[in-house]
Amino acid sequence: MTYHHKATSYTGVRITALAAATALSTLFGTHTATAAQTVVKWMHVETVPAYIKTWEDIAKKYETQHPDVDIQLQFLENEAFKAKLPTLLQSDAAPDFFYSWGGGVLRQQSQTGALMNLTEAMNANGGEWAKTYKPAAVAGLTFDDKIYAVPYRMGTVSFFYNKELFAKAGVKAEDIKTWDDFLGAVKTLKGAGIAPIAGGGGDKWPLHFYWSFLVMRNGGEAVFEAAKNKEGEGFMHPAVIKAGEQLAELGKLQPFQNGYLGANWPQTLGAFGDGRAAMLLGFENTEPNQRKNAGDGKGLAADNIGRFGFPIVEGGAGKATDTLGGLNGWGVSKNASPAAVDFLRFLTSQEMERQMASEGMIIPAAVDAEEGLKNPLMRESADQLAASTWHQNFFDQDLGPSVGRVVNDVSVEILAGQMTAEEGAQAIQDATELE
Amino acid sequence: MNNMTAKISGASVMGVPEKVRYKSPTARGRLPALIIFLPPALLLFTLFVILPMGEAAWYSFYRWNGYGTPTEFVGVRNFEVLFNNAAFSTALINNGLIIVVSLLLQVPLAIWLAVMLGKKIRGVVAFRLIFFLPYVLADVAAGLIWRFVYDGDYGLFAAIAGFLGVATPYVLADRDLAIYAVLAVVIWKYFGFHMMLFIAGLQSIDKSVMEAAEIDGATGWQKFRYVTLPLLGSTVRLSVFFAIIGSLQLFDLIMPLTGGGPSNSTQTMVTFLYTYGVTRMQVGLGSAVGVVLFVICVTIAFGYKRIFMRND
Repeated sequence: MTYHHKATSYTGVRITALAAATALSTLFGTHTATAAQTVVKWMHVETVPAYIKTWEDIAKKYETQHPDVDIQLQFLENEAFKAKLPTLLQSDAAPDFFYSWGGGVLRQQSQTGALMNLTEAMNANGGEWAKTYKPAAVAGLTFDDKIYAVPYRMGTVSFFYNKELFAKAGVKAEDIKTWDDFLGAVKTLKGAGIAPIAGGGGDKWPLHFYWSFLVMRNGGEAVFEAAKNKEGEGFMHPAVIKAGEQLAELGKLQPFQNGYLGANWPQTLGAFGDGRAAMLLGFENTEPNQRKNAGDGKGLAADNIGRFGFPIVEGGAGKATDTLGGLNGWGVSKNASPAAVDFLRFLTSQEMERQMASEGMIIPAAVDAEEGLKNPLMRESADQLAASTWHQNFFDQDLGPSVGRVVNDVSVEILAGQMTAEEGAQAIQDATELE
Repeated sequence: MNNMTAKISGASVMGVPEKVRYKSPTARGRLPALIIFLPPALLLFTLFVILPMGEAAWYSFYRWNGYGTPTEFVGVRNFEVLFNNAAFSTALINNGLIIVVSLLLQVPLAIWLAVMLGKKIRGVVAFRLIFFLPYVLADVAAGLIWRFVYDGDYGLFAAIAGFLGVATPYVLADRDLAIYAVLAVVIWKYFGFHMMLFIAGLQSIDKSVMEAAEIDGATGWQKFRYVTLPLLGSTVRLSVFFAIIGSLQLFDLIMPLTGGGPSNSTQTMVTFLYTYGVTRMQVGLGSAVGVVLFVICVTIAFGYKRIFMRND
């Protein structure tokens, strides 16, 4: 699927008008309409039509200012995108820029010389460009002191719950402070005949958030960083094992909707949106996305959804204010045109980011663009992010494609009771050592 | 190759009279043709078959993420990792299971239907078409259709279970059931192809043989067992060959159905290659799977041809 938005926007009238304009310009010798076009290929994984429309409008705005640039949006399905990108980046068909989750994948891409080093451009004029983003966003996309992607959005993973179902079971979200409180809530919901959590075991990564958070809450930043950098006991650290045990404990309660092991992410959002499960550990944009994936297309009303952060573990080294979530940027391929870089600066400018925030698309990476956020749930996520004491990128991105996928596998296996906490930790440690 | 050239030259030696043979037809008549026509085919074959195979074999000894050129030689470690991997063992077992089911259920089913539909009865063409239809469907489309059929929330299974008033089974999410659900789809998808092979085979059987059997008073079963089946022998052998090779390479039906899950219970060798080699950017490991698959396929293909299809 390729969105050539220029082509699609040519209605009959416009074609006639354009033809007339071309004829006139030829007559009078003005060459604006016939100038050589620089094609900018923009590869993304966005599926929400309204968001794509916003991007297309931004692209159109840029094209009006720069008539010699033609921006083409190219869509690839999430999993297909991840699988195809290595090949694409090394071919002539490489996109000028593409969606990136940062982390180990971006680092690996940067090490191979497939990406453009943006350091100089961003730091020119005393860091004029770099200063338009939050420092944490730029830092997260920097490897070996080189900036390899243009910051776009930030995100946090937190619990969303169905207020009606919580009230029905008599569970109060405010009371869920610790992991034990959480397990208690799961039991109460289960007792009331409600599936406590919507889980996407088919896609696996939706469940790796649980293991990630438990590792963060038990071990804190020090333990995870050490494990990632192959220091000390690595993933065999007692705190990591304990996280696995707690995950197994959750799994034993059978907290998920029926058939969760086969459910992909859209189906999981659907289960939450249909009210078939009371909670969902998901992204900041869960509210609009559950609407889209609900059986009736409406889902839960916005005021029926509440939000709370992942609970702490008593005695754990992690804080309640440590956050897990995305840091997305636009990776620029080595041979991208200057126009592509210039457009990216335009796309992620404060003004555009504020506009996208106001439409509920993103938590902006640009500074002072939050005021655009109108959606209260997203605003809450943004505030949590602003107060973050440690923001950790998604484990499956941060640890690189190979170890990351093992983390996903292990999380599902532990929850499903197919693997013990030790076996899981060992599998991840083995994969890390093979890196 | 050697074998073939030997056969060809052998034939020319036997077929051509002495006199002509000494004039060396190779040098005068065949060489120009050889020079003109062989290189394009040889080049394409080398470029798209020999070279990739060689490359895969080479990559399998490296740890490589697909960027740049492989530099980190690891010897046979990729193969060690592979054979110690539980998911790969499951994949091998599943491939075996698919072969067994293909041979024990699919091929007999296809023969049975072919015998029924090989007769000249009204409406027979329509039935052939219906049974052949699944095979025509793209594998991915078929996979998606069946994912919906098996879906426990909104699918056909959910509707049937709701109608019967029983709990909906989530077959694709069940570690023990998922592979059988996949097997059912495999049979559904490919029996039509084998049926068509058998119908073609049946039509080439001389009618007079069957008439002779009838005159001798053979029963239906006897006619099938002692006339149809032996005369269909070469087709059966061919069909079994296709079933085995197809089973080993099964991929595009499984990806939309289960993606190899839950808990790798429906992996095949090729889905394993994709999941562990391609998506994890471990080209070396993926190539090792490719090499193992290639060796298995070649061994079976040549072994089978030599043992069972010698006279076909």
